[in-house]
Amino acid sequence: MAQKIIAGVTVDVTEEGYLTNPAQWTKEIALEIGKEENVQLTDKHFEVLNFIRDRFAKNETMTIRSVGNSGIIDIKGFYGLFPGAPMKKAAKIAGISKPASCV
Amino acid sequence: MTNEGHPLNKVCIICAKGAIEDVYASLVLGNGAVMEGIETKIFFTFFGLDAITKKTMNSLHTSTVGNPAMRMPGGLAFPTLLGMLPGVEAGVSAMMRGQMDKLDIPPVKEFLEMIDAGGGEIYACKLAMDMFKLKKEDLWEGVKDVLTVGQFYEKCGGLQTQVIFT
Repeated sequence: MAQKIIAGVTVDVTEEGYLTNPAQWTKEIALEIGKEENVQLTDKHFEVLNFIRDRFAKNETMTIRSVGNSGIIDIKGFYGLFPGAPMKKAAKIAGISKPASCV
Repeated sequence: MTNEGHPLNKVCIICAKGAIEDVYASLVLGNGAVMEGIETKIFFTFFGLDAITKKTMNSLHTSTVGNPAMRMPGGLAFPTLLGMLPGVEAGVSAMMRGQMDKLDIPPVKEFLEMIDAGGGEIYACKLAMDMFKLKKEDLWEGVKDVLTVGQFYEKCGGLQTQVIFT
């Protein structure tokens, strides 16, 4: 397994840079990965990140629809916060596995 | 050579059939592309127009007759004669929609809205609309335009573009 130093901390990551242990995640790490992904994180971003980390911890499937129904943000807003590939980007910044869902 | 060096830039999907499974194949591929940050355009033609017609979009059916892949719950073969009985096709179709909802696969209209929210574009075929005597007002409001086939191809240009017929 690969390791990477992010925000001064050594964490375990996959080849693509997804954290393999969500417990190693910190706010500083999120900010740092955000920079790599060209996303400047705001409080709104963190609300979304916490929501998907929660879902991940409960072993619930990660879908774009679930984020849209979260009450935090609608789908258009989600694409706006994490431009390009929102689900993947958000998962990477949230320190969880690469999303494995087709929707 | 790895594919990662040449990611897809654009995906153009053509949906010409109106059964649940055909429409969802197009919608899942389209939404999946949008989620990957790929420019996405979906062209609905012939019976595929049912998926973007207000009256029909949320009551699509699957075929219980002449569909060799159709199974009973539990996996037994589904007799074609049973599929012909009144109400069976509607029941099976409703069951399929229910199963999909459990997997967080949305109804057609919501799915189209998701694609639209991510910047994907939905188009209708002019020729098929003329054939079925449909007007732009009959279509879901999110349909970007009614195009001839040539106009659609004009939008399909560019490197790393794929045209997919479902």
